[in-house]
Amino acid sequence: MIPGKFEYHVPADVGQAAALLRHYDGEAKILAGGQSLIPMMRFRLAQPEHLIDLSKVPGLSYIEERDGHLAIGALTTESELEHNATIRDRYPILKDATDVIADPLVRNLATVGGNIAHADPANDHPAVLLALRADVVATGVDGHRVIPIDEFFLDTFVTGLEPDEILTEIRIPTAKSGTGSAYLKLERKVGDYAIGAVAVSMVVRDGVIAEAGVAMTNVSPYPVRAVQTEAALVGRPATAATFAAAAETASQECEPSGDNRGPEEYKRAVIRTLAERAFSLAAERAN
Amino acid sequence: MAIESPKIMGYGTSPKRKEDPRFLHGKGTYVDDIKLPGMLHMDIVRSPYAHAKITNINIEPALETPGVLAVITGKDLDAAGLAWMPTLMSDTQMVLPVEKVVYQSQEVAAVIATDRYTAADGVMAVEVDYEPLPAVVDPFKALEKDSPLVRPDKGKDTNHIWHWEAGDKDATDKVFADADIVVEEDLYIPRIHVASIETCGCVASYDAVNGKLTIWMTTQAPHAIRTVFSLVSGIPEHKIRVISPDIGGGFGGKVPVYPGYVIAVVASLKTGRPVKWIEDRSENLQADSFARDYHITAQLAADKDGRIRGMKVKTLADHGAADAAANPSKFPAGLFSICTGSYDLEAAHVEVDAVYTTKPPGGVAYRCSFRVTEAVHTIERMVDRLAVELDRDPADLRYQNFIPKENFPYKSPTGWEYDSGDYKQALDVALERIGYEDLRKEQAEKRARGELMGIGISTFTEIVGAGPSNTFDILGIKMFDSAEIRIHPTGSAIVRIGVQTQGQGHETTFAQIVAEELGLPVDNITVEHGDTDTAPYGLGTYASRSTPTAGAATAVAARKIREKAKHIAAHLLECNPDDLEWKDYKFSVKGVPDRSKTMQEIAFAAYTNHPQGMEAGLEAVNYYDPPNLTFPFGAYVCVVDIDPGTGVVKIRRFVAIDDCGTVINPMIVEGQIHGGLTMGMAPSLFEEIPYDENGNNMAGTFMDYLLPTSLETPNWETGNTVTPSPHHPFGAKGVGESPTVGAPPAIVNAVVDALSHLGVKHVDIPMTPWKIHKLITDAQATTA
Repeated sequence: MIPGKFEYHVPADVGQAAALLRHYDGEAKILAGGQSLIPMMRFRLAQPEHLIDLSKVPGLSYIEERDGHLAIGALTTESELEHNATIRDRYPILKDATDVIADPLVRNLATVGGNIAHADPANDHPAVLLALRADVVATGVDGHRVIPIDEFFLDTFVTGLEPDEILTEIRIPTAKSGTGSAYLKLERKVGDYAIGAVAVSMVVRDGVIAEAGVAMTNVSPYPVRAVQTEAALVGRPATAATFAAAAETASQECEPSGDNRGPEEYKRAVIRTLAERAFSLAAERAN
Repeated sequence: MAIESPKIMGYGTSPKRKEDPRFLHGKGTYVDDIKLPGMLHMDIVRSPYAHAKITNINIEPALETPGVLAVITGKDLDAAGLAWMPTLMSDTQMVLPVEKVVYQSQEVAAVIATDRYTAADGVMAVEVDYEPLPAVVDPFKALEKDSPLVRPDKGKDTNHIWHWEAGDKDATDKVFADADIVVEEDLYIPRIHVASIETCGCVASYDAVNGKLTIWMTTQAPHAIRTVFSLVSGIPEHKIRVISPDIGGGFGGKVPVYPGYVIAVVASLKTGRPVKWIEDRSENLQADSFARDYHITAQLAADKDGRIRGMKVKTLADHGAADAAANPSKFPAGLFSICTGSYDLEAAHVEVDAVYTTKPPGGVAYRCSFRVTEAVHTIERMVDRLAVELDRDPADLRYQNFIPKENFPYKSPTGWEYDSGDYKQALDVALERIGYEDLRKEQAEKRARGELMGIGISTFTEIVGAGPSNTFDILGIKMFDSAEIRIHPTGSAIVRIGVQTQGQGHETTFAQIVAEELGLPVDNITVEHGDTDTAPYGLGTYASRSTPTAGAATAVAARKIREKAKHIAAHLLECNPDDLEWKDYKFSVKGVPDRSKTMQEIAFAAYTNHPQGMEAGLEAVNYYDPPNLTFPFGAYVCVVDIDPGTGVVKIRRFVAIDDCGTVINPMIVEGQIHGGLTMGMAPSLFEEIPYDENGNNMAGTFMDYLLPTSLETPNWETGNTVTPSPHHPFGAKGVGESPTVGAPPAIVNAVVDALSHLGVKHVDIPMTPWKIHKLITDAQATTA
């Protein structure tokens, strides 16, 4: 578990980091918390020639509500999210997710930006941000642009970032009144990737589900919203019967494959169970 | 205010562990902490195939890597007669292959370089050409006539290794013939790995000037390793020094000799420089000896009133590419024949057949004495299986069949003589503690509501402390163990022991033995072990044998010292030794307690004022040959809740009542039990090394080999009863492995109990969520 040779760069700001990315044109990888990249390098599954370490880049770690959204700096660690009062009180789905990402030691180093930019369908934040209809901010040598999360995940480990862009911020629309959200995950042990997980954010008005965002973890080739499941929720009463039917849709809509975590039909059953419980918990929180 | 004198802290007291300050301060010295001038680093090229012919190894590109000094292959070793080595079971195992590889991740070549990184780059540069051969994965198919041969070098036309049996077949057949009922079950105890936190490794340093080879290595048995190395290499034994420094967990996985150790020694001889080899985690999980892997078919014969009369067990033992177990020579299946457990059976017959497959060699005795985990799992599952068949409460059925305490020493139908036991008392305490009757009521209510809750019991008997020299040896070396005690003039002492701690706390508990026996404060006693140049010869620590063997040796040596001390005391008190009594940790004149001498006073006299005609000094040695094994036992009760929507099993409560005889340090025993229960839970719910049809290891990292953490671990509720061993000098039995051995069937029995109304009669471990979920949905489908 010894990585191959690489050159190590420590830029002082985002501009320098983006310039290095452009200069090394596809031969460089961004190092944030390193909790996915370093293990991949140690197994020599990833052998980047250049490593651009963002640890000395200032100003990318924050959690603040402004301009109609919650802005999270890309270098914010999972443990910072986990222990933030705004998140705990107003965005419980993020608290749910950070509580079950890897283990406390990993969460002290892992960053939310890295979790997204790695675009691993087994990571937990993608489904959460899809359910929340978040945007991400990409910064390149030429400036910033905003990418809707639905256009961000293109394939397994592939994102809409240009080769010289760095993910710098995540924007989550400010929670409307009547919003309830939840993330429920089943894992074989703490620190494991999900057998399956369900993220849901819904707005409930007068007992009816007015809006819904649903996405799932580790049961599809890349992170994607569950539009059929959303359709099975929107416009229907927030009742156990609705949730059971929508959970059945989720279990059909996901695309799991069998592995050490269990065969395909088991994963569909897990999604059904988790979806039903997550929908019910979100509706409860909406009140 | 007077300074309080240090306390004795003998048997039954809990001084803090002497070894902990250095560990807590990060000052332990593990093998990887050894750094010598000029030291080189070794890394190993490993096979991607489970079974393949090696057609070519091109080492040139590696030798061209700057910093790579040598590449060692099987051909190099073959020239020196070292391509093969003996296993502790007198089988043979490749050090490096010449013709073919027989398991995935097998060592193929070794790169020696100036630093660890360069060694890894050198490994990447070695080019090996393989011609894949069919993998032999299923042990049953391995025995079929047309199966490819794993070990053609053995000169046999089969993968069968050996057949072993115990008990009386005819008597057992007779009991089965006239019993009312026979229950049968297939049980698979899967392949697992000890996964000690410290992986294996060594630093081999050959000093060409004085011809001495020093090896710092992660070994549980340094003396045995020294002897084996001497016999294999021809280097005289006094020119080999094996040092086992701090060891980060052994659990049986650090008893065998691994190819890496041998190659590192060769590399040091070849380069004339010290060579360090430290495995990484994947190598440790993928190539080092596994444990378990027993395919068992068990039958119990009983009368319809519940009296268990006989047992038959047939087992297929998958040993991988070599029988690299570390059992006593005469026991190829270890002490598996303890499988009649805590019950008074008329007859039993046990058969085991071992087979080669293209998987890593083994199987080591992973915290199980020798194959006792498999034995206990079998009997404790089968008793529950019978209880379901007879519609009996599993606790009642156990009470009915326990060996009564007045029947000890008890001769078992497979030939063991149990030393002592009070199984009823242990189960009484456990059931009372957990509130068994209330739990049964709760279960009935929950079941009516469709909720899944189960209660499981395991009333196991262990067999540890190998062992008596008339039956127990490893490669011919008898399984005694040893202690040397030397009392210094001012009353402090050094104790050197033949066993080697890997976390058991010997530096504390062995000091307590001397403290108790000689009345010296525990703080004034140093315990040393693990260095073959200074420690007395012993067979090492495994099989819960340290306290039964070396602990006994320590007590006997201390008593020899006490006997001599008595004569010195008589000299000092000017009385006849027969007029003295040892009371309150000192010698006093019978009836005149004021006239007394402490051991500290006696020790000083031993060097300053010893009686004429007596040797000066105060020291003793003992090599203890135990008259019998010891038989710890316990009663465990587990309560589980199962989520029908996910199949997740949650251990709600677990009460463990252990009886290991006299307890030296209750805190250390409790720690051992907590760790052991967790290691018993691990394979019950999480751990397994499965292989695919090509012999690929499917759990080669900690992402898939699911070592539980504190977050998966329930709150263990522990307690004990004390039934001393009648033959051990101070009545101790050993405890390290009881919980690992006893816990799994309690958990499985609880899960089966939770699902029994659905028609579930058995579940193999690990009881993963998907396996449990399938049982539930299959049962629902049948009902619907």
